[in-house]
Amino acid sequence: MARPPRSFPLKGLFIGLKRTAIIFMQTMFPKRGIKTVLPAPTIGAHTVQYPYKSPPEVPVTRARGVIALKSENCTVCMLCARSCPDWCIYIEGHKTKAPPRRPGGKERTVSALDRFDIDYSLCMYCGICVEVCPFDALFWSPEFEYSETRLADLLHDEARLNEWFETVPEFEPYEAGSTAKVRKVPR
Amino acid sequence: MISSVLAIDWSNYWQQSIFRVLGAAIFVILGAGTFVIAFLFKMMSYMQSRLGPMEAGPHGTLQLLAEVGKWLQKEDLIPSRADRTLFKLAPYIVMASTFLVVVVMPFGPDAYFINVDTGIYLALALASLSVIGIIVAGWASASKYSLLGALRAAGQLIAYELPMVLAVVGVVIQAGTLNLQGIVAAQHQGEIFGWGGIGNPFILTQLVGFVVFLIATQAELAQPPFDMPVAESELVTGYMTEYSGMRFLLFFIAEFASAAVFAALAATLFLGGWAIPGVDLDDNVMNVVGPLVLFVKMMLVGALIFWARFTFPRFREDQLQAFAWKALIPLALVNILATMVLKVAF
Amino acid sequence: MTDVLTEAQQLAYANAQAADGRVNVEVETEDGMTLNIGPQHPATHGTLRVVARLDGEQVVSADVICGYMHRGYEKLCEVRSYPQVTTLINRIDWLGSFANEVPFILAAEQLMEIEVPDRAKWIRTILFEMSRLANISLFIGDLSLQVGAQTPAFLAFRDREYVLNQIEAVTGGRFHPNFDRIGGLKDDLPKGWIADTKAAMVRIREFCDLMDELVLGNEIFQMRMRGVGIIPPEVALSYGLSGANLRGSGVDWDLRRDANIGLAYDQVDWKVWTHPDGDSYARSWVRVQEIREATKIIDQLLDTMPSGPVMAKVPRIIKVPEGEAYVATENPLGEMGYYLVSKGDTGPFRVKIRSASFNNISIVPWLLKGVYVPDIIAILGSLYFILGDIDR
Repeated sequence: MARPPRSFPLKGLFIGLKRTAIIFMQTMFPKRGIKTVLPAPTIGAHTVQYPYKSPPEVPVTRARGVIALKSENCTVCMLCARSCPDWCIYIEGHKTKAPPRRPGGKERTVSALDRFDIDYSLCMYCGICVEVCPFDALFWSPEFEYSETRLADLLHDEARLNEWFETVPEFEPYEAGSTAKVRKVPR
Repeated sequence: MISSVLAIDWSNYWQQSIFRVLGAAIFVILGAGTFVIAFLFKMMSYMQSRLGPMEAGPHGTLQLLAEVGKWLQKEDLIPSRADRTLFKLAPYIVMASTFLVVVVMPFGPDAYFINVDTGIYLALALASLSVIGIIVAGWASASKYSLLGALRAAGQLIAYELPMVLAVVGVVIQAGTLNLQGIVAAQHQGEIFGWGGIGNPFILTQLVGFVVFLIATQAELAQPPFDMPVAESELVTGYMTEYSGMRFLLFFIAEFASAAVFAALAATLFLGGWAIPGVDLDDNVMNVVGPLVLFVKMMLVGALIFWARFTFPRFREDQLQAFAWKALIPLALVNILATMVLKVAF
Repeated sequence: MTDVLTEAQQLAYANAQAADGRVNVEVETEDGMTLNIGPQHPATHGTLRVVARLDGEQVVSADVICGYMHRGYEKLCEVRSYPQVTTLINRIDWLGSFANEVPFILAAEQLMEIEVPDRAKWIRTILFEMSRLANISLFIGDLSLQVGAQTPAFLAFRDREYVLNQIEAVTGGRFHPNFDRIGGLKDDLPKGWIADTKAAMVRIREFCDLMDELVLGNEIFQMRMRGVGIIPPEVALSYGLSGANLRGSGVDWDLRRDANIGLAYDQVDWKVWTHPDGDSYARSWVRVQEIREATKIIDQLLDTMPSGPVMAKVPRIIKVPEGEAYVATENPLGEMGYYLVSKGDTGPFRVKIRSASFNNISIVPWLLKGVYVPDIIAILGSLYFILGDIDR
């Protein structure tokens, strides 16, 4: 399946030169109506000078940035810690007695959370913990700007994980033709 | 300012010498620096839809200073089995040959270092000294990658000397002199079909020679598509692989200074040098405006060289040699023949 | 824990040293000089080592040593459950992200005898083709970088972003989607995804035209790649090559069409591209055509997307019944297969990963005889392997 012969040899080289010149002009003078004659490479280039400017499309709703915890829903069932491929979730809890639901009833045994840490230096961002939690206590949040200078600071404790909960976005509606129901984030 | 510059006592030997040395250093370093910033950092980046360095200085214009500082503070490594004297000497040989070519370049009617009758011949001879530096660098590094790079450089740079010289021969025939000031004068005073408006820049009649000269320059500078000696994806950096710190900086500056100097040479030979049409050749103002004009023309030629550099992949060295011996040299010879015939006819 | 090694350990250590020495010995004989290309080298796609004996600039013999990136995948998979294994195997061929999960999930579904809903099949195929787009557009950019042109590499990264953005919009991860589940997919498409993806496909087609102009049509590129590294079809088949390496030699072999693997390729009108030459240019050309074809497949699938659920009825804790299954798919790099042995547990008993790149580079010693040093790089680039795929 040979290519058709060129009209003259070296035509490909000139086409290549023309193409890079076009890209150069597109970067240097992006189309902006009447202002196209002014050079504006910071607008024409496809790169964004992060962190001075943020990218035009912020991370999408489903982006796996950080895991947020809602402590009130956690029953210390340990399903997330068991299913993590890296074993990076550290959970400790104890059983206490809670007052009975109606007067005159028996005291209930509930589990209370002592420690819930996620070590983000080990986390693979797979999302199995969020998926298996039966009580809607873990959520994904698209926040990603939590780099630290010390490795130990990447261990987020329960308080910090609860802070991330503010940034959890609502679940998006689905595309037409889908039969899935949109879940609600328990605020 | 112009009058103060022109008021320098030119009969004083020491004033002249200091001014000349400073002038040469400024021209080469400034030329190299402008080439690096305008073409390597910015033009290449815009061709790739990105911005290039933006932090140092407004829009990254002071990045070169930052780079110099970075290279200077790096550890100076010499491989244990390297030939220490030659290893240290090689970058200076390459730098020296670049600076020496500036000696014959005219910047204005009186702004030159020497005005010899064999100007262009001397320039080309001095330019080929850098080959020695490259081969010495590759051999003295005691590394197989450097050795491969040096051997490729030896073959390539020597092969591409010939098309360069032959392209220049066409210009010399048309100008009638080897003297670079004479070539500038011939272009300034020439006429195109009887009209002397813009003189007769040799690019119009010697277009084939110009193209051959540019391609040969590209090969002499070891730039893509002829960068087999520095094939970055194969030989890591060819003959410069084992160099670090200040020595690598010297090679880097020498590479771009050579590009600047060759571009200036091409501007002198083909675009009319420091002269602008309309202004007399003897005018004293041209002593100050001349270098600026040469600078602008040098940037134009440089844009062409770097445009081709960033677009094309590289040749293999046997294809490279075949291109030089079988395509460029016959083309240059035909160009000389045509020039001779037309010179006699017209 | 003592410092003294047992007999067996000492023997193994001595053997390893000897094996290393056989390759590391720098015998400068008439055979020529030994050049170590890699493992740290700009052009070997990772930590691959090619020990080449050169006579001047020509290769006399070449040895390929891989294993510098061995991560022990098959052992890791033995001690993980099925969702955890899905997470890990995303990272084998890290550029063709989603394509790694598909054969494994299909093997598990074959053992469980589950039929996934149509919508899941469609979306799986779309994501599979999108991972092909992401992978191969980086290939063509990287290939031009190895041959010397610096510009197409950046343009490839620029245009690949559109595909990665679409993958992120639906799965949440650009590089490691972790989206396939036994029985279907994790979630459904977000609103507006179909229209956005169609716009992205338009851009990718423009990118293919750009690569045609800058790379494939460039005479210098053609001079470097035509006639270099010719693999005859019988040799390709005998060495076990797959993917575009095989199709570039004229062999009409594509698992998407020939094997009934449970994706939606039979619902789409598409074409398998082959090239009769068998040289490096042919392989690159075939890959660029595959990108174009992938955009057409995705467009057709988006138009005919059925409605319905994306997950079949599967129990919460998945236990795959006892048995063995092997499923191979046409991944971007070639044929990737998973041989899954299950003993009825929550995790696999043994997973054998047949990766495409490991077989693809087995031809390198045969292929590199007598070529020049620059051609080594061109050939390695056109064979297109990824170290994670070779070493697992």
